[in-house]
Parts: sequence; C-alpha cells; structure tokens
Amino acid sequence: MTELATPPRPPRREFRNINAFTDLTTYRLPPAGIVSILHRVSGVIMFLLMPFIIWMFDTSLSSDYSFAKFKAAFNTGIGFAPGWFFKLVALALIWAYLHHFIAGLRHLWMDVSHSAVTKEFGHSSAMFTLGASIILTLALGAKLFGLY
Amino acid sequence: MSVNYGSKRIVVGAHYGLRDWLSQRITGALMALFTIILLAQLIFSRGPIGYDLWAGIFAAQWMKVLTFSVIVALLYHVWVGMRDVWMDYVQPVAIRLVLQVFTIVWLVGCAGWAIQVLWKI
Repeated sequence: MTELATPPRPPRREFRNINAFTDLTTYRLPPAGIVSILHRVSGVIMFLLMPFIIWMFDTSLSSDYSFAKFKAAFNTGIGFAPGWFFKLVALALIWAYLHHFIAGLRHLWMDVSHSAVTKEFGHSSAMFTLGASIILTLALGAKLFGLY
Repeated sequence: MSVNYGSKRIVVGAHYGLRDWLSQRITGALMALFTIILLAQLIFSRGPIGYDLWAGIFAAQWMKVLTFSVIVALLYHVWVGMRDVWMDYVQPVAIRLVLQVFTIVWLVGCAGWAIQVLWKI
C-alpha cells in the first residue's frame, strides 16, 4: 500500500444558519462587494423616497408660485420639517443617485468589455466608484448647505 | 415558449433571467443618457437657473417624450431590482407576495403622478 501523498487536511469549517451579527461581521468584504451591497442600498433608498422625488419634480415645475414653495422648503422648511431636514434628505438622494449611477456604468462597462472583468479591474473600479461618489457627494453637499 | 408540453416542455427555471438582466441594462443606459442630457442643458444654459429655465427644459416636446420613456424605463428597472431584493432577503411566500404587490402599487402610483406632472407644464 502506498501512503497518500498529501497529509490529511483539517476538517473544513461548516457554516449553517449564518448569523447576521456574529458570522457576517467576520467575513472580509472586498471593495467590489461593498460597491455591490451599496448599489442595492442606494436603489432601495431611492425606491422608498420616490414620492419625495416626484414631489420635488411637481413643485419645482408646476408654476412660478410652486417653484417658490419648492425653494422655501429647502431654505425655511415646511410645517414641522425644517429646511436642513429637506437638505439632508436631498443629500442622501444625491449620494444614492451618484453611487447607483457610477456603479451602474461600471456594470455596463464590465458587460461589454472582457478586459474589464479581471480581479485587478474589479478592485480598482470599485475603489473608483466609492471614491468618486463620496467626493462628488461632499462637493454637491457643500454647495447645497451653502458652504461656497 | 408557445409550445410548452411533450418533448418541448421546459421543466427547469422561470427563464426570465436573461430578459430581466438585459432590460435592466437597457433601461439603465437610457436613464444614464437622460441624466447626461438634463445636466448638459443645465450646465450650458445662460443666465440664472430659475423657474423659467427649469420649466423651459421640460416644455419642449422631445424632452417630454424622452422623460416619459425614462419614467416607464424607471418603472421596469425598479421593479426588477426590488423583486430581486425581496427574492433574496424575504423567504416566507406570503410576506414576499405582499411586498411585491406593495412594490407594484407604489411604482405604478408614482409613475402616474410623474406623468401627470410632466404634461401639466
């Protein structure tokens, strides 16, 4: 009888009923994975805030008068909701749109180009997506809150 | 798909994977194009950005037609995306069905409102 060339391996860890708080937090999530889950999160945010988006579309377009109301919502607020609250929600939408937009273009690029589907490109394009969406959000947010 | 019995019967999969994947790409590309066109009209405008400029952009008939198709594209894009989310995270069939019905009602309602706004201008 010949001996097996490789020594017996230690038993693999088995995961059953993965716990979101004790197991998921130990997983290493690469940048591409972060982009992927944030693509979902940003999509759901925009889905839930859709009535607010259409309200902005409505009040900003319907008439001169409603346009003034639209501007006033962000400057002085409406009812119990102060202006900064509207700006904060708009900022969340700005981030969600930017992230979803850039991550979506990354998807399209990867669908049409074989050279884009490599480990290196997946990493670098994911880092670019995260960086560009955050920098643009900060720049537009500073404008929104009147920092320049 | 017209013949789905006998030896032609498809026994595996719902076969909407490719259609959904492709439609989400096409609708996404259309919305990205719309975003760029809208931004370009704002960036290359003259004078202050006020009501007249903003409403003027959407007053053009070609812009109305484009925006209308973007609303329809958005409706389908979000439906595919939200259905994916419910399928991945919500296993009980009853709750998933309720959420899917809510999604459809929410999206159709929003699309109707947006289209109404568009043709008020």
